[in-house]
Amino acid sequence: MSTGCDIEPGASSESVLVVSESCDNIEQMSSSLEEIKNSNSVVSSDETIENCNNIDNFEDACSNMNLNAAQDDDYMRNKEWLSKKKHIFVLSSAGKPIYSRYGNEDKLATLYGVMQALVSFVQDQNDSIQSIHAGDTLFVFLFKNHLILVAVSKSGESISQLISQLNYVFNQITSVLTLTRLNKIYEQRRNYDLRRLLSGVERLIDHLLDFSEREPAFILGGVQCLTLPLSVRDTISSAIVQACNKIKNLVFAILLANNKLITLVRMKKYCIHPVDLHLILNLVQASESLIHPVDLHLILNLVQASESLKTAESWTPLCLPRFDASGFLYGHVSYLSEDCQACLLLLTVERDVFFTLSEAKQRIVEKLRRANCLEAINQSLNTKEETCTAIGFPELRHYLYKCKYTAQFYQPSISPPYTLDLSRLLDVYKAAHQMLHCPSRPLKLIFQRTPKEAILAWDTKGFELYAVLEPLTDTTTAIGIISKLLSWIKKHEGKLFHLNAPTF
Amino acid sequence: MKVIVGKLVVVGHPGVGKTSTVIRYIERTFNTEVSSTIGASYFNCKMEIEDIIVKFQIWDTAGQERFKAMVPMFYRNANAALLVFDITKRESFDSIKVWVNELKKNIREKIVMFVVGNKIDLPDRQVSKDEALQYSHSIGATYYECSAKEDQGIQQIFVGLARAVSQLSGTEVGHNLKVLDASSCRALVADASDANATDVGRTENCDFILFTIISFLKQANKLTIWLRKQSF
Ligand SMILES: Nc1nc2c(ncn2[C@@H]2O[C@H](COP(=O)(O)OP(=O)(O)OP(=O)(O)O)[C@@H](O)[C@H]2O)c(=O)[nH]1
Ligand SMILES: [Mg+2]
Repeated sequence: MSTGCDIEPGASSESVLVVSESCDNIEQMSSSLEEIKNSNSVVSSDETIENCNNIDNFEDACSNMNLNAAQDDDYMRNKEWLSKKKHIFVLSSAGKPIYSRYGNEDKLATLYGVMQALVSFVQDQNDSIQSIHAGDTLFVFLFKNHLILVAVSKSGESISQLISQLNYVFNQITSVLTLTRLNKIYEQRRNYDLRRLLSGVERLIDHLLDFSEREPAFILGGVQCLTLPLSVRDTISSAIVQACNKIKNLVFAILLANNKLITLVRMKKYCIHPVDLHLILNLVQASESLIHPVDLHLILNLVQASESLKTAESWTPLCLPRFDASGFLYGHVSYLSEDCQACLLLLTVERDVFFTLSEAKQRIVEKLRRANCLEAINQSLNTKEETCTAIGFPELRHYLYKCKYTAQFYQPSISPPYTLDLSRLLDVYKAAHQMLHCPSRPLKLIFQRTPKEAILAWDTKGFELYAVLEPLTDTTTAIGIISKLLSWIKKHEGKLFHLNAPTF
Repeated sequence: MKVIVGKLVVVGHPGVGKTSTVIRYIERTFNTEVSSTIGASYFNCKMEIEDIIVKFQIWDTAGQERFKAMVPMFYRNANAALLVFDITKRESFDSIKVWVNELKKNIREKIVMFVVGNKIDLPDRQVSKDEALQYSHSIGATYYECSAKEDQGIQQIFVGLARAVSQLSGTEVGHNLKVLDASSCRALVADASDANATDVGRTENCDFILFTIISFLKQANKLTIWLRKQSF
């Protein structure tokens, strides 16, 4: 089967995203932060890390307050709680509850006790527990730097898919604390109650889990770009480059809208990992009401709004665990303007350059306005992606195409019969993805027909493609459609993908 | 005409309504769905008190524990602090005391301190007005009560801040407020255009200075950023 194109659609010689397959081992990364700081010989003390010593004293005073968990077994009898499809728990290796997706951890103390006992029982025999299969319920365990993460799932997802979600949860925790601090805390006090430091982070984890269950981006480990003419995307990138060129130690400038990437400009030499970008998307989405002026905008009269909304900017420490788990980047986060809902993040290693970045942001917005790019972004945001039928593929219901070189993917608009049941479509994709990537028996090509749909999944060196077709489609037709589709994507790659990888 | 540029930092326990209070003043709205602040948010505001213009750079900090280490960088060089608590939560009032100690220990210049009891629209008060008043006086702070939700007492706080800061600027020493009168504003513009004239060769630099002047003239607001760049 030939694709009919020279290189994979969407591929480019350089990529803005890291595309290494090995996903989850963050300890092995070298310290990019140190490298950047040293190369510019910036002296900066990290108060954040030093400070964690003081917290312990505080902690003593509060640790005795949670003893009122008398009705431990409440949840065990609660039908609603028991019927949840997927529970996620996080505890410390000493058995202290840290997070539960549903319900209050304090009331689940017994359950955490059982989990910890199980883990340490197996550990005593110099082994480690990985999963338990009980009927339709799968228990998966992940051990990470003093933390135990557990998934209890009836969702039908595979062990590796659940492990990947647990890794995301761990990354989310690292992203707010840094790995260095997490390790330090537990080295000093094995019994530490991490919830104190994670207050407010539960919401981010909740959101991340919901997000990862409904976004194909997480299945594919890729990022979708906002559809934009190549020239517009390039103009936007160069506006950012021009406005930020002189700023030292700016590592990434990321422009996002509606969960999609508009552009990403990076410091030469550094790339961003899709996992990190997902965490950023999650952060932006979960804190939307804070910096998102859209509903305010509707209420306010324009004159009043225009002045103040523009000034709502945030300064946020953020650890990107796949970039450098040891320290924080600082992010200037703002929406472009009240008439353009794209979110701009300027990430630097310097903690005190807010105003420099704030000025840079103003310059970027002015340049984009003059070049009519804000309009172009809005226009794309207001237009749905075309459905397969609209581009001449009536037998094709939906597809995911991921270019491996760039870790970017594209999907058309959802069309019937999935409009009302998106989760079923995602389940189909998850199952196919699982078959292609099954560790014991990976496959290259699958064509499967069920009474409800036919799916063709294809894993090549350069791309992954998942196509959902009408159930009666036969193999030859399916292959014909796929090669036509690949040429279509190739033809439109300039619009669908972020091909150039601009740097400062 | 006198222009005073000051830095205001807002601190307090998570969820007491710091962001809501600032947004209520600046945007005249209230949103029950406001999400917990991550890091800090920055706002600008400008007030006129008689013939004085007071401009505040407002840093609304996050109350969550994990951001605690970051807060000093916002209260450094602050001229005024809003210490917000929730009158229905005793522990949020207690944490004000911790904040006061920290500010006193770390800030050398004079700073205007306002203690603010928020959420007076709610019924189950845990901190009485008397107690809060007494405490505020004992630390040399002014006490205000408000409801960001019902828009009660918010204006008074910010007008009070502007007055206090302009009073502070009247004293000779011990504060680091930027005070500009009309002539020094003009001098600044002149300076910048001089630089422009001698630097014609370097176009990019020139651009930046031009940009600064133009935006300064268009909207005196920009001056704020320009002046304070080093002190942040
Ligand atoms: N009833 C009532 N609720 C309020 C008032 N002010 C704020 N709230 C609510 O209190 C909650 C927290 O408000 P925020 O403004 O986010 O609190 P914050 O102090 O900024 O919190 P952090 O950013 O986490 O430090 C929100 O749900 C608000 O709607 C008020 O005056 N009355
Ligand atoms: Mg807040």
